[in-house]
Amino acid sequence: MTAPAFSAAAPAPAPAPSLPVWVWVKVFTRLLAIQGSWNYETLLGNGIGFCIEPALRYLPGGVHSPAFKQAMARESAYFNAHPYLASVAVGALARAELSGVPAERIERFRTALCGPLGSVGDRLVWAGWLPFASLVALAAFGLGARPLLVIGIFLLLYNAGHFALRIWGLRVGWTHGLAVAPALGTPLLRRGPAHVARAAAAAAGVALPLAAARVLDGGHTLLTLVLAGAVLISILLVRVHGRIEGYKLALILIGLFALLSVVR
Amino acid sequence: MIDLLPLMVLGAVVGLDVVCFPQMMYSRPLVAATLAGAFVGDATHGLYVGVVLELIAIATLPFGASRYPEWGSAAVVGGAIAATLHSQHAGTVTLGVLAALATAWVGGWTLVKLRQWNAFLARRRRPALDAGSRGAVIGIQLAGLTGDLVRAALLTAVAYAVLFPVAVRAADTWSFSGPPSRSVVVMLSTAVATSAAWVIFHSARGARWYFAGGAIVGLLLLFAR
Repeated sequence: MTAPAFSAAAPAPAPAPSLPVWVWVKVFTRLLAIQGSWNYETLLGNGIGFCIEPALRYLPGGVHSPAFKQAMARESAYFNAHPYLASVAVGALARAELSGVPAERIERFRTALCGPLGSVGDRLVWAGWLPFASLVALAAFGLGARPLLVIGIFLLLYNAGHFALRIWGLRVGWTHGLAVAPALGTPLLRRGPAHVARAAAAAAGVALPLAAARVLDGGHTLLTLVLAGAVLISILLVRVHGRIEGYKLALILIGLFALLSVVR
Repeated sequence: MIDLLPLMVLGAVVGLDVVCFPQMMYSRPLVAATLAGAFVGDATHGLYVGVVLELIAIATLPFGASRYPEWGSAAVVGGAIAATLHSQHAGTVTLGVLAALATAWVGGWTLVKLRQWNAFLARRRRPALDAGSRGAVIGIQLAGLTGDLVRAALLTAVAYAVLFPVAVRAADTWSFSGPPSRSVVVMLSTAVATSAAWVIFHSARGARWYFAGGAIVGLLLLFAR
């Protein structure tokens, strides 16, 4: 967690301007499309400008004012973060812009915010919550759940965390403005990834044999052979980690097997 | 061959969810393949393909600029193929998974091209962006979203149109029976998921013991039945 890197330049925020509820609804809806124009040059930058735009309309003079245009140009420049935790940046930057914080401080803050929001989000969501939700649903499948229940479990569990994180991020960003660093030291972000990883590891242990058995639909002997083979291949994959991707190996080997089945 | 249009629409909506909107993860293979199966009348076979693909997909983490397979549209293609063939042949799940893996691989390439296209659009509007034009910002965002929707629709349509006839031919001449056919995909997908679980979680303190404990519970549940 590298949040303290930008905490030194973060005094208490200026009083928050008030925004109507529908502006927050617009900002939040746009947050769901924040990666809509993701590209290799400005990454998430245009998305930040897109999300913050409804709030910036409340700058003095409105959308035709120089203040609005300068803020839009600033907020649409290069930015990188996890898409869910980018809500923290959108909230904090909206507050800073509407509070009249000097441009150079906003730009410094923006630059400092990129790293922590990227790495923490990746560990918490992509390498934690997503596989956890997926493995819980796979365990339900392995225990005999029907299709609707399996996908219902996954979508409800995953999106409970997904929406909670986005809403929390927007709220904490807006509440603290440029002083958001201490709020990012919350146990959720500091210790959350490790807790989620342990829960996901346990879920993986339960789910993998159960899901394999249901798809295989064979006897105990065949299942034992398949699971033993899977363990051996997985050890091999761990040893060659980084040199071959699992899905490419699966594509090649399943392709060869299909070819053998067709031509023999 | 069933009507392509509904699948194309499903593939587009699901493909859009992977990166652009709304990232609710109904693009995960578990969901997308099941939905595709339901579209063609057999959600259960779609789910079986989705489970195998989900096990494999656990290993690919969608970190920022990295290139990763596009599982959403791919799972629609695989789930629909397996669900359409389900009652006829032993190798349907295997063929569905194979079609989805090939589509996912190509789909990853299309995502890279889309991102390059988005960068081109942003470069072209650079003067307007630097001047703080809200029209330019919103236009680029909408163009990116539209581009992704079209990309996913075309990917689904082309992949299904190409791979479905191949899968039908392969299923007609498929020689292995059901259990060995499924053994290969189950063994490989479980191996990929197990190695991914190790790589992703082992750095968390105690995670290996949680995994071992979970595995004991899973195996007890399995062999107690």
